[in-house]
Amino acid sequence: MSKARSSVARTGLVHLALGAYTLLALFPIFLVLVNSFKTRAGIFSAPLQLPNAKTFSLIGYETVLKQGDFLGYFQNSLIVTVASIFLVLLFGAMAAFALSEYRFRGNTMMALYLALGIMIPIRLGTVAILQGMVATGLVNTLTALILVYTAQGLPLAVFILSEFMRQVSDDLKNAGRVDGLSEYTIFFRLVLPLVRPAMATVAVFTMIPIWNDLWFPLILAPGEKTKTVTLGAQMFIGQYVTNWNAVLSTLSLAILPVLILYFIFSRQLIRGITAGAVK
Amino acid sequence: MITKDNAVSALTLQNITKRFGSTDVIRGVDLDVAEGEFVVFVGPSGCGKSTLLRIIAGLEDQTSGHVTIAGRNVDVTPPAKRGIAMVFQSYALYPHLTVKGNMGLALKQEGVEKSEIERRIAAAAKMLHLETLLDRRPSELSGGQRQRVAIGRAIVRQPKLFLFDEPLSNLDAALRVNTRIEIANLHRLLGGTMIYVTHDQIEAMTLADKIVVLSAGKIEQVGRPIDLYNKPANLFVAGFIGSPKMNFLTGAAAEKLDATTIGIRPEHIRVVPAGGVWEGKVSHLEKLGSDTFVYVAVEGADMVTVRIVGQADFEVGSTVGLAADEAHIHRFDKDGRAL
Ligand SMILES: Nc1ncnc2c1ncn2[C@@H]1O[C@H](COP(=O)(O)OP(=O)(O)OP(=O)(O)O)[C@@H](O)[C@H]1O
Ligand SMILES: [Mg+2]
Repeated sequence: MSKARSSVARTGLVHLALGAYTLLALFPIFLVLVNSFKTRAGIFSAPLQLPNAKTFSLIGYETVLKQGDFLGYFQNSLIVTVASIFLVLLFGAMAAFALSEYRFRGNTMMALYLALGIMIPIRLGTVAILQGMVATGLVNTLTALILVYTAQGLPLAVFILSEFMRQVSDDLKNAGRVDGLSEYTIFFRLVLPLVRPAMATVAVFTMIPIWNDLWFPLILAPGEKTKTVTLGAQMFIGQYVTNWNAVLSTLSLAILPVLILYFIFSRQLIRGITAGAVK
Repeated sequence: MITKDNAVSALTLQNITKRFGSTDVIRGVDLDVAEGEFVVFVGPSGCGKSTLLRIIAGLEDQTSGHVTIAGRNVDVTPPAKRGIAMVFQSYALYPHLTVKGNMGLALKQEGVEKSEIERRIAAAAKMLHLETLLDRRPSELSGGQRQRVAIGRAIVRQPKLFLFDEPLSNLDAALRVNTRIEIANLHRLLGGTMIYVTHDQIEAMTLADKIVVLSAGKIEQVGRPIDLYNKPANLFVAGFIGSPKMNFLTGAAAEKLDATTIGIRPEHIRVVPAGGVWEGKVSHLEKLGSDTFVYVAVEGADMVTVRIVGQADFEVGSTVGLAADEAHIHRFDKDGRAL
């Protein structure tokens, strides 16, 4: 915004709005973090209070680390999320490149077909997916989850990436063709680096629902060996008694890996923007 | 012109057509380009110049017709194997490679030896004054430098055919003149065959051995720049070549000369005291210093432009007479063909 047009009052209001939104968004996380360090009595008597000498306790974290194989759950979640993001980005980008770059019969229909998944939740197909997994013997494997999440993430990825790929200069791609680069080299070396910000966006949008998902782990991979963190945390939530210390500790721990992944992608995102395409 | 009569043509186009969906973009183009010739495609925006160039390059498939480069039919040959090099309007340098990397990539793909690549890059860099920039990335170069790198990238390949698609249109006016001269020198030095697309007729007139005027996907006329200026084959070429535009008169003035339309270039009309062949009111003056353009509203005709070499002054609104140089009147029939 230019100096001339911004007034103190206006910037103040903007910052007020942004600040309010930040508070609103961070409040639940704050609540989870704070209460994960309190005794059960402390949680219930004053949920908004910071832990003090009387209420401070690591009992939640101790329970989590002792009961069940939480390190394994984390590993499962991480494997599933990272593998799914990788596949979504790879296949999404390839499909987007084909749709935006090549003229072929049925191009528009194909694009529509691929984008349809944005509007239809994949959970509607749960029964069929489960039957398929049973038939192929993939139940209780991480592969099952990776496959489902890849399918779930692809529509949005194709949609966003093809929009961005259309903006990559034709001349650049043609220069590559004249210089004898293969279509794969053009795709991986010329086009992908230029749509990196879009890739980071897609990665973030894909990552969060996968990491938080409870539905498919519960249905497709509930076995002890393949449990994800979200599913693992469920064992502390009983029908009659819930071990809140443990649940909150798990959730606090579960935030960490996503946060790290997010920082990796957002750095890419910023680098992609500042590197700037050469016209 | 370095035309060798018995040599094979550098490029032959036979009845090339191209349709996008249901629109005909190129409608039957035949062309023969001799080795070492500098050929310029000109035409208004959207007439298919770039499309034709891309067909020659192999970046676009023609709907029908044949492309022959240096005697070899290349209808199904991929761009990299056609022996061409192309310079794009937007430079299209690889952002992740240095200047050196940009220039050497195609040679590396072809499997040329390393020492030979180095040698060719050094030679091209010297020719284009890029020696000090070889390790920079495209984002660290100015527009003019980027364009020179793009030209260098084409030179190192030693192609049979250079293709340029409006290479100067992203440069500012002063740089454009410099680069234009540089390209002319380059052609003299390398002697390569060049196809150059532009919609700037000054570039066309100054660079070309042969101009190809295109309109709506068809060739209107092919010839030496000066021939197109002196003997335009039809109304379109007459109006397109020359700046300011040729004046066209219809009606009685034309019928007197047995034509439907007559055309006179602004430089072939003189302003005389009222009472000449035509009379009109001065409606606008443009003083460029070296030339003066006088716009005269002639009764029974459109605005007539007169070009006076040097400086002149007329009062806007005053009545002046106009006299045409009889020898330089172009006559056209009712279909717009020159008589
Ligand atoms: N991929 C395409 N699909 C459909 N129509 C196209 C395509 N490419 C070009 N055209 C059409 O073909 C015609 C010629 O385009 P072309 O780019 O060759 O024009 P041009 O003579 O180079 O114009 P300019 O001077 O503006 O660059 C235009 O009308 C354009 O709309
Ligand atoms: Mg063009």
